Amino acid sequence: MKNAQWPETPAEQRRSAEMPAQPDGAFPEDAHITVTNLTMGYGDLILMRDLHFTVNRGDVFAIMGGSGCGKSTLLRILVGLKAPHHGTVAYGHTDFWAQRAVDRKRMMRNLGVMYQNGALWSSMTLAENVGLPLRLHTDCSADEIREIVRFKLALVGLDGFEARFPSQLSGGMRKRAGLARALALDPEILFFDEPSAGLDPVSAKQLDDLILEINRSLDATIVIVTHELASIFAIASNAIFLDAATHTAGGQGAPRKLLDTSENPNLIQFLTRGEPIQRPKGRS
Amino acid sequence: MVTLHGRWQLARAAPARSELERLLQGEPVRRLRFDATPLQAWDSRLVVFLRSLTERCAARDIQVDLDGLPAGVRHLLDLSHGAAREGLGDPPPPATSERVAAWLQRVRRETTLTLTFVGELTLSALRFLRGKARYRPAELLTVIQACGWQALPIVSLISLLVGLILAFMGAVQLRMFGAQIYVADLVGIGMTREMGAVMTGVIMAGRTGAAFAANLGTMQVNEEIDALRTLGVDPMDYLVMPRVLALLLMMPLLCVYADVMGILGGLLVGVGAFDISALQYLNQTLNAVSLTHFAIGIFKSIIFGGIVAGCGCLQGLYCGRSAAAVGEATTAAVVTAIVYIVIADGLFAVLTNILGI
Ligand SMILES: Nc1ncnc2c1ncn2[C@@H]1O[C@H](COP(=O)(O)OP(=O)(O)O)[C@@H](O)[C@H]1O
Ligand SMILES: [Mg+2]
Repeated sequence: MKNAQWPETPAEQRRSAEMPAQPDGAFPEDAHITVTNLTMGYGDLILMRDLHFTVNRGDVFAIMGGSGCGKSTLLRILVGLKAPHHGTVAYGHTDFWAQRAVDRKRMMRNLGVMYQNGALWSSMTLAENVGLPLRLHTDCSADEIREIVRFKLALVGLDGFEARFPSQLSGGMRKRAGLARALALDPEILFFDEPSAGLDPVSAKQLDDLILEINRSLDATIVIVTHELASIFAIASNAIFLDAATHTAGGQGAPRKLLDTSENPNLIQFLTRGEPIQRPKGRS
Repeated sequence: MVTLHGRWQLARAAPARSELERLLQGEPVRRLRFDATPLQAWDSRLVVFLRSLTERCAARDIQVDLDGLPAGVRHLLDLSHGAAREGLGDPPPPATSERVAAWLQRVRRETTLTLTFVGELTLSALRFLRGKARYRPAELLTVIQACGWQALPIVSLISLLVGLILAFMGAVQLRMFGAQIYVADLVGIGMTREMGAVMTGVIMAGRTGAAFAANLGTMQVNEEIDALRTLGVDPMDYLVMPRVLALLLMMPLLCVYADVMGILGGLLVGVGAFDISALQYLNQTLNAVSLTHFAIGIFKSIIFGGIVAGCGCLQGLYCGRSAAAVGEATTAAVVTAIVYIVIADGLFAVLTNILGI
């Protein structure tokens, strides 16, 4: 059943246009990130156990769940900042955490991360912030770097702000600058930690549109950690729900499909903000 | 029946309720009802009063009938009881054995952390020496500036005062033997060998070590350090090495400066209060202070510089992710640095004594 309230996301439209015959979520050759049997936590504190999910190439994949359920922790594991307790994270066919640290660092260059508050380096200007990844990992000349930086900042609507320091920007601009920095090395996968948290509805919508635009035009796979329902339904083509009550995944699939078919009361409560929903009778 | 009169508000004087107290103390009451019609206004004060009242009544088997109260009051009372029912109260205080265990665990954790940090710093230093470490020269310069000449005023002040104090204390005693000229020896050796290095160490711990911890701690809270890591940049190379290097370079210079200021302080006292001529004083100082004393002081200052930078960066790098954690990290940076400086100084004293220098 299509939920009239939430139109299809572009990534979904594209997928259904390209591969109409496939059943949902069955594109193993398309798998970009494969997480198997993942258990994570801090020391004795186990946040989530036995996570299994696949992020397909070109997906906008949402990791959703209540505050403190371990979304950011999962993100830190995916981007190589924290080792999981058990289980594997594979990019393509490469087991990320089984690599030597040097090789893992090389793989990390293909990942762009936008942190919750931008995480811009406060002692550097925007141009230096966006330019640093290029200076570290490419042979570009200073002029080239300047051009690339201007281009990336223009992409996020911040051209002309090169010489500003992060403290001179608003929260929304800081996030967009963080996005420009995440885009610096043209990563294959972009991770976002709560992109719309702390933004007004209009800026949040703009950021969502920007994310979609990047997904479409740069062909980047996008993993987005969020608990903003509007964002989830607007841009995510696939999602996993981390259930804090059971410490396991409480359902995965396209958000609207989850809303229609899930039997997990915690997930339904999350997706409907606790309001009861009416479903047509006779569904399984 | 209790009748509530007047205004029950936080900003006003409490309405009289001693009568009610007396009533509850005295004859056995079975049942309490309220009449709120004369009540003019209320806020948390009334609710808190009623809450403690109902608790006391419950303990003494008195039935409380809340029906006569305004609906809002009843609602708030319900809410506050609800929270208590869900067991959000404090956990029981841990037993002594548990506390000792927790303390031991913390000590173990901190020791592991310190050793890891020292190990990583060594690796980073090796990378730096081979020219493979990534860092920003601009950052190094900023840090050198911050812990170099910007520290001169406070170092001047403290060293001058230490010199003055040493001279006064020594000269008063030495004058009894007519040997006040030896105050120059006392101040000269005391400053170059001990106080110059120790005082700059302590000053830099409070000034620069704290700044390092706060700076890196804030970067940690703000996920800036994570952002570096995802770029494959080791924060050890990028953030810690420049800071350690800056202090290793600046500390000996500051120490020499402190020595000079201290001797100047001694000279002021000697000339001003004990009738020693400036030339005499300087001559005596030059005779007393050997290169060994001087070198020991400089060597110590370099070690202290490493301690201060290390403690500051360690605490900042392993800081928790909250504003309070940054504060704790800063405090810990200063305290550990000063403790290590004192310990190191003691070890030096023993060592130089054994070596006979
Ligand atoms: N470094 C840490 N050490 C111990 N516990 C942590 C640490 N970081 C986060 N936690 C705990 O892990 C839980 C999940 O955190 P997080 O992944 O940030 O949640 P969220 O889903 O809100 O992003 C929280 O309860 C938090 O207290
Ligand atoms: Mg989070």
